[in-house]
Amino acid sequence: MTRQPAVAARGLVCQFGPVRAVDDLSFEVAEGEVFGLLGPNGAGKTTVIRVVTTLLKPAAGTVRVFGLDTRRSTMRVRRRIGYLPQQLSIDGQLTGYENVWLFARLFDVPRRERRGRVEDALAQVGLEKVARRLASTYSGGMVRRLELAQALVSRPRLLVLDEPTIGLDPLARDSLWERVLGLRAEEDMTVLLTTHYMEEAEQLCDRVGLLLNGRLRAIGRPRELEAALGPGATLEDVFRAYAAGGADEDKGGLRDVRSTRRTAGRLR
Amino acid sequence: MSAAPAAPPVGSAERPPAPGAIRLLWNRTTTLCLLELVKLRHDRTELYTRAIQPALWLLVFGVTFTRIHAIPTPGRLPYLDYLAPGVMAQSALFIAIFYGIQLIWERDFGILTKLLATPTPRAALVAGKAFAAGVRAISQVVVVLVLAAVLGVTFRWQPLSLLGSVAAVMLGSSFFASLSMTIAGLVRSRDRLMGIGQAITMPLFFASNALYPTALMPAWVQAIARVNPLSYEVNALRQLLLGLPGNLAMDFAALLGATVAGITAASLLLGRLAR
Repeated sequence: MTRQPAVAARGLVCQFGPVRAVDDLSFEVAEGEVFGLLGPNGAGKTTVIRVVTTLLKPAAGTVRVFGLDTRRSTMRVRRRIGYLPQQLSIDGQLTGYENVWLFARLFDVPRRERRGRVEDALAQVGLEKVARRLASTYSGGMVRRLELAQALVSRPRLLVLDEPTIGLDPLARDSLWERVLGLRAEEDMTVLLTTHYMEEAEQLCDRVGLLLNGRLRAIGRPRELEAALGPGATLEDVFRAYAAGGADEDKGGLRDVRSTRRTAGRLR
Repeated sequence: MSAAPAAPPVGSAERPPAPGAIRLLWNRTTTLCLLELVKLRHDRTELYTRAIQPALWLLVFGVTFTRIHAIPTPGRLPYLDYLAPGVMAQSALFIAIFYGIQLIWERDFGILTKLLATPTPRAALVAGKAFAAGVRAISQVVVVLVLAAVLGVTFRWQPLSLLGSVAAVMLGSSFFASLSMTIAGLVRSRDRLMGIGQAITMPLFFASNALYPTALMPAWVQAIARVNPLSYEVNALRQLLLGLPGNLAMDFAALLGATVAGITAASLLLGRLAR
C-alpha cells in the first residue's frame, strides 16, 4: 500500500491585491522526508507555509496534509502539524516549562500525560535544566530550541519550520539541526522547511524545491540539481543560476525584510 | 528474556480525540485565564502600579465628595460607598480597554500566528483572551475592595454576593477587552489603538453611572449611559455589594449580550491581524 504524501500542493495560487505571491505551484513531500523550500525574499516560501499551516486560504488550488484538505479540515490538519514561524514567538513572561505547557493544553494533550510530555519535549531539545527559568533570560539558540519543544509537545507528524536558523550563530544553528534530524530519525517525522542557507539545505534536505516569484523553478535531490548544472557545482550555484534568471527584488517587500531583520536582531 | 516492546514512534502517535465545541471553548478559555494568573504571579508590579489610580479616586474624590454632600445618592448612602463599585468597574475597564495592544504585540512577535496554527477556533482564542483580561481585572478589583473596606465602606460580604460581583467584573472586562481586540483588528497598529483607547476610556467612564446617578446627567449623556455596558456592570456591583435595589437579571443579560457581541466581532476581525 502506498503511503499518502505528507504534503501535496496542486495548482496553488495565492494573490494579495495585484501581487501573485504563489503562482500555480504543485509539489509533494513524501512522509518521513526532509523537504526544503528555497528562494530569495518574496519568492513565496512563507506564503506556501501559511497555506500548509491553514493560516491562509489560497485563491485557487489545494494543499492536502496527510490527505486532509487545509481549507476543509482545518482543525484536523492543525492537530497533525508542529509549526515554528520565522519570528521568535515565545512568551518571555513565562518560564520555558510554562511556554511548552501552554501548547500541550492547546493541543489537548490529556491531563494525565501532560506533565510527562512537556518534560520529554524539553529534554528532547536539551532545556530540561533551565525549564523553570523565565524564557526572557534565554539566549537566541535556547529560544529557538524552546520553540521546537513547543512544536514537538503535540507529537506532530509534520514539522513545519519557517527560516528556523535565521540570525543564529553557527553553533546554535548546528545544535538546532542536530536535534531536528535526531528527532526525525527517532520519530519518523516529516519536515518541511524554508531556509536562505544553501549549505544548510544541501546537508539536511532529502529534496529541495527552488521557488522564484511564486513559481517552482526546480525540484529534486540537492546532488541531482548540482549535477545537472555541471561538475563541482554547489546548491548555491544552482540557486544563483536560477535566481539570475528572474528574481524580482521589489517582491521581497519592506515588511518581509523588516520581519527578517527583527528576528535576527532579537537573536543577537 | 523478552525484549521490552519498542515505544511507538512519536510521529505516528494517535491524535487525542478532538473535544466538542463547548468543551473546546471551556478548555481554551481556562488555559488562557490560567496563563494570565501565572504571568501575574511572575510579575506583580502591575498590581501595585495599577492600584494607584483607583486609590486616588477613592481617597481624594470619594472622601472629598462624601464630606461636601454634593452628589445625592439613593437611600442617603455615603458617597464613598456609592462610588466604590464604580471605581472597581473603572479599574477593570482601564485594564481591559488596552488589551488589544497585547494582541498586536503578539502579532508583531509571531505569537499570534503560532496560536492561530493550533487547533483553536478564533472565537475560542478571543474568548480566552477576553476572560483572561477579566482575571487580571479581578486581581485589581480585590485590591480596590480591600482599600474601600479599610476606608469604611460597608459591603455585604456574603459569598454569593462576592461570586456575583466576580461574574459581573469578568463579563464587563471581557466585553471591553473584546471591544479593544475588535478595534485592534480594525486599526492593526499599537499607536492607533493606544490613541483610540485613550480617546474612548474617559467618555465611557463619565457617560456611565460610575461616579453619579444617571438622573443627574443631561438627556443625551443619559442616552449613552443606557447603552454603556459599564453602567450595567456598576449597577450589578451596587446591588450585589451594597444591597441597592435594581434589576440584576437585566444587568447580567446586558453584560452577557455585550460580551457575546464583542467576542463575535473581534473573532471576525482576528484574521486581519494574522495577515
